[in-house]
Parts: sequence; C-alpha cells; structure tokens
Amino acid sequence: MATELKQRLLTGNKAMAEAIAQEMTRDPSVFVMGEDVGRYGGIFGATEGLYEKFGSERVIDTPISETAFIGAAIGAAAEGMRPIVELMFVDFFGVCMDQIYNHMAKIHYMSGGSVKLPLVLMTAVGGGYNDAAQHSQTLYATFAHLPGLKVVAPSTPYDLKGMMISAIRDDNPVLFMFHKSLQGLGWMAPIDAAVGHVPEEPYTVPIGKARIAREGRDVTIVAVQMMVHHALAAAEQLAAEGIEAEVIDLRSLVPLDRQTIVDSVRKTHRLLVVDEDYLSYGITAEVAATVAEQALYELAAPIRRLAVPDVPIPYSRPLEQFVLPNPDKIAAAVRQLMAEG
Amino acid sequence: MSIPFEHLQWMYETMVKIRTYEERLVEAYAEGKYPVFNIGAGPVPGEMHLAAGQEPAAVGICVHLKPEDTVTAPHRPHHHAIAKGVDLRRMTAEIYGKATGLGKGKGGHMHLFDPATKFSCGGIIAAGMPHAAGAALASKMRGKDWVAVAFIGEGAANQGAFHETLNLAALWKLPLVVVIEDNRYGISVPKALSTAVERNDARAAAYGIPGYYVADNDVLEMYRVSREAVERARRGEGPSLIEIETYRYLGHFQGDPEVYRAKEEVPGLREKDPIRRLREHLLAQGVAEQDMAAWEARAKAAVDEAFAFARDSEYPAPEAALEDVFAASEV
Ligand SMILES: Cc1ncc(C[n+]2csc(CCOP(=O)(O)OP(=O)(O)O)c2C)c(N)n1
Ligand SMILES: [Mg+2]
Repeated sequence: MATELKQRLLTGNKAMAEAIAQEMTRDPSVFVMGEDVGRYGGIFGATEGLYEKFGSERVIDTPISETAFIGAAIGAAAEGMRPIVELMFVDFFGVCMDQIYNHMAKIHYMSGGSVKLPLVLMTAVGGGYNDAAQHSQTLYATFAHLPGLKVVAPSTPYDLKGMMISAIRDDNPVLFMFHKSLQGLGWMAPIDAAVGHVPEEPYTVPIGKARIAREGRDVTIVAVQMMVHHALAAAEQLAAEGIEAEVIDLRSLVPLDRQTIVDSVRKTHRLLVVDEDYLSYGITAEVAATVAEQALYELAAPIRRLAVPDVPIPYSRPLEQFVLPNPDKIAAAVRQLMAEG
Repeated sequence: MSIPFEHLQWMYETMVKIRTYEERLVEAYAEGKYPVFNIGAGPVPGEMHLAAGQEPAAVGICVHLKPEDTVTAPHRPHHHAIAKGVDLRRMTAEIYGKATGLGKGKGGHMHLFDPATKFSCGGIIAAGMPHAAGAALASKMRGKDWVAVAFIGEGAANQGAFHETLNLAALWKLPLVVVIEDNRYGISVPKALSTAVERNDARAAAYGIPGYYVADNDVLEMYRVSREAVERARRGEGPSLIEIETYRYLGHFQGDPEVYRAKEEVPGLREKDPIRRLREHLLAQGVAEQDMAAWEARAKAAVDEAFAFARDSEYPAPEAALEDVFAASEV
C-alpha cells in the first residue's frame, strides 16, 4: 500500500519531456531542434514545457528542412554538442534518409572510431487512427536493419523517461521511436497504457535489454510498443482459457536482447512474434531467425508471425483494422499455435 | 485587364463551392469526436486540413487550366481538387473511406488521385513539386502544350525538393507553374521564423525564372499573374513561381488548439473575405443579386449531393486492404 501511494502517474509525452528537461538542466550541451517543438511543445507533446523553461536558444523551431536540421544535428554532435532532433513522423524519413543512413549511422565507423555522434533522433510512429499510408507506419525494421544506429522503442511512460535519459547520455546516435497512441495525448483515443508510474528523479533504463512484461509457461509472445499492450490484453483472454502466455517487450531493437527471447522460448517451447510493421524482412523475421538459430529443437510447434501483411497502411477504418494486429488476432494465433503442439 | 464574364462567374461559384465544402467538412469531421476529441473516431477520422479562406490561390490559376493540364497539391488539397474539377462525389466518398471513393477508401483526404482530371495530392511536404515537373516533362517530350501546376504551402519552400525542382524545371524549361500559398504558418511556425526571405517570389531569381507576388488574398490579381505564368508555360518558355498571401481561417488541422496565434487574428482575416470581395466586385460590375444567388445555390447543391453520395456509399470489404499493391502486369 505504502508504495502505491507514492505512485506518480505521468503520460508518455510528459515522461519524455521530463527526461529531456532534466538532461538539459544537467548538461548545457543538450538542446532540441525540430518542427513545432517550441511553443507548440511538439505535435506529439514530446517537448511540452521545454520552450518555456529553456527558451528559443535551446528549443529551436526549425523550417521544414529535415535534411538541413538533422544533418546539422550530426555536425553539432561531432563538435561535442548533444542534440535531440525530432522527425515529426517517422514516415517523413524519406526526405532526410541520406543524413540518417549514410552519415549519422556510419561516420563513427568510417572515422575508425575517431568521431563520436552523441545525438538523439526522436520520432513518432504508429497507426490505428486512420491517418493512412504516409502517416501511420512504424518502420522499425527499416532503421534496425542499418548498422551504426541504436534503435529504441519503449512502451511505457517509465521506459520512455529512462530510455530517453540513456539515449541522451549515450555517445552514439540513438533513434528514439515513440508511439503516438502511448503518448497519452488529449486528442487520441485514451488508453490506460499511456499513463504510468514515473519517478521524479532522473534514472536510466539500459538500451539493449528486453523486459518481461508478463510471465507465462505456455507460449512466448514477443512484441514492441502498441503490440506489447495488445499482447498483454490477449494474454488476459488466454489466461481465462488456461493458456499462460509470456510477453516480452523488446524495448530496444538495436542492440536486440536475443538472450531474453531464447531463454523464454526454452521455457515455453512456443513462439509468436507480433509487429505493427510490415511482415516481410521485419522484426518478426529477425526474432524468428534468432530462435531458429539458437533454440530450434526447443520448439514444440512452428514459429508464428503476425504483422501488417505487406500492404501500405490503408485509410478507411475497416481496411486499417483488417491489416493491424489486435488482441483478438493475437489470441487466435496463440490458440492455433497451442493446437499445433 | 478585362476578365471574361464566364471566368468571373466560374471563380465566384467555385469559391463558394469550396467554402461550402470545407464548412460542411468541419461539421462532418466533428461528428462522433466529442465530448472528448478523438482523432480516430467518427465517420471522417484521421487528420483533416481544411482550406477555408485560401480559395483565391486555387481558382485564380485553375480558371486558366485545361483538362489535360496537371495539378499536384499538398496535404491541404480540397480547394485545388475542386478547382481542377475532381468529381466531388467520389472525392467525398474517399474522405469518408468508402468503396466508391477515388481510391476505394485506401487514400483518404490527403491522398486523392484522380487521373480523369489529372489531379493528385499527398501528405509529404513539397513531394508534389517534382511530380508536377515530371508531368511537365512528359508534356514537353510529347510535344503538347499542356502545363503542370504544383501547389505548396509557404513552409514547403524550405524543403530540398522545392529548390531541386525549381532548378531542374528552369534548366529544362519545363511548362511548370509553382504556386506558394503563404497562409503565414507551417503548422505553428510563423513564416518569419522559418524563411530567410520575406517573400518567396524573391527566390525565383535564384533560378532565373519569373517570380510573382499576390498580396492580400486578391483573387483578381491571382487571376492576372496566373494567366501570364500559364501562358508562358504553354508557349514553352519555362516555369514561373507565384506566391500568394492567403488566409487560413481554421486550424492547421481540425482539433488544432491554435496556441500560436492571437484570438483576434482570424476574425480580422475574415473581414477581408475574398468571396465577399469578389461578390462586391461583381455587383459593381452590374451582375444581379439573383444571378449570384442561383450560382450559390448550384454550388451548394453540388456539395449536398456529394455528401449524400458519400454517406450512402458502402465501406470497402476489409479484405480489399490486400488488393492494389501491384498493378496486374503481363510481363
Ligand atoms: C517532409 C515533411 N515534413 C513535415 C511534415 C509535417 N507537416 C505537415 S503539414 C506541415 C506544415 C506545412 O506548412 P505549409 O507548407 O506552410 O502548408 P500549410 O499547412 O500552411 O497549408 C508540416 C510540417 C510533412 N508532412 N512532411
Ligand atoms: Mg503555411
């Protein structure tokens, strides 16, 4: 009871903004750039209150020139600054991908380790609210595929804060993907998972360590962000039927905590991987390959994958709902998996 | 400059149609989203960027276009689509996510594609500009006098695609006209905080092409400079750049808290309403009130019909999500 009373509840966006504010206070080389990050506080609230606190010198509204300001973050980071830049929606990566793919991720390597780029590129991901094909992607795998960029995708307010602080303090470029639906914004469908306990003092959550969101003995469900919460809801349904699912929240895509996945599968002998990204060549394939390589003979049934079936995200509600995984689809996939062995 | 009566009439009626359409969408979009606003709820979910107040930019140039001319538009596309003559029923059905929509419900309001009127739009800033240049290139390669018009916002003039496209179009003398709608803001960021020059027509000089500026949302001035730019493109003399100072009456998107502008701003802008100004001009020209009332009624009827069609249409079957990724191909 005593600990519960101490719970300090924050939305995802406030957890992120608090992390950034604390690091900006601690370290004068930290600053923020992006479209509408100033007075507006970020379209998804990730910079709420920062402009009022730190002013326009350190919380900088940019022109709609992603190549220029993301490229400038690279240049500033090479000088020892610690920029946080926001790409408003991950879908807009196309206009600035050269800076990310060929420079941000490779300069440290190509320089033989002599140049460090301590920067955070934060970006909003996810669909489910009918924003169609250019504003609803997650693109986890597109970025995780690339060597040289750490990629995180937290799913709770606690991790959003702790991983943001880790990302800012990391001497590598970190792509920080936050899910729109988990920001707790007033204008999106309210969901419980977007609010959670967040300690006030600064703390870090390590990059590269998965979290067991729910323990279970019968089947392992590996997921990220919204899919973690859908998997947890599915696990509730399944528990009522006597199936105990273990849910792994990857949190970090690069580095990927393969050990936690493999350990879980050794225990449950069944694996379902769920992803809000496209099916082919994605996280589901990477996790499945890891288990096939390291624990194939532990499997009692073939690995199952559930993801967007290789189509762009459609606008119309029945179409979008058809392509996105949800708790019912996850539960159905698990039942099928259980029936197979 | 004398403007043919049919052009004045068309511009007036089309502006009324656009305004009526956008106002109708304000209501339709709000349906099912309150008391607690939820962007994903209601019959018209997702983001919604409306153009009430920005009608002069669209009608002032589209009045000079032929069906064979191409138009590309950004995320705020309804005024351009209506001015280009996109089927209002199928456009509205698309916005409602219905199977009868232009994209069978796959695109939505930011992604309207109508090959019949050579109109398209998209949600990535400045992305339509190179597409318009490509249409202009195709016209030139085929020896046609068709032109392409790319509409963008003033915020988009700071995107790489803007500068690359202008250089390429100028270099190749493409029949392209770029229209920049300066509605003062890119979402919350005022032009002065995003743009190194006060007026974007100045940037035309960097590419050796004509640049025009239309002040105060003036539809007649927009008509005049657009005629020059379109005729020049048709003659094969290359691209032009037009910036028009225009007014966004509504939020960047519906649901925008608009914390970045003073409460008095929009009422002040509305006092200079371009539809009312054109109406006064027509009255001064001796056009009868009742004639204008008839045009207004026709515009409203078209909008009513489009919304009724959209509402009455069926949703696509869920499995249709899997179709149309690739075109059927013999190869
Ligand atoms: C490449 C890219 N960056 C950012 C955005 C997000 N965004 C959508 S609209 C907008 C502002 C556009 O301003 P402007 O070009 O002036 O058009 P307006 O909305 O005023 O009509 C921004 C930044 C985007 N869609 N694409
Ligand atoms: Mg603008």
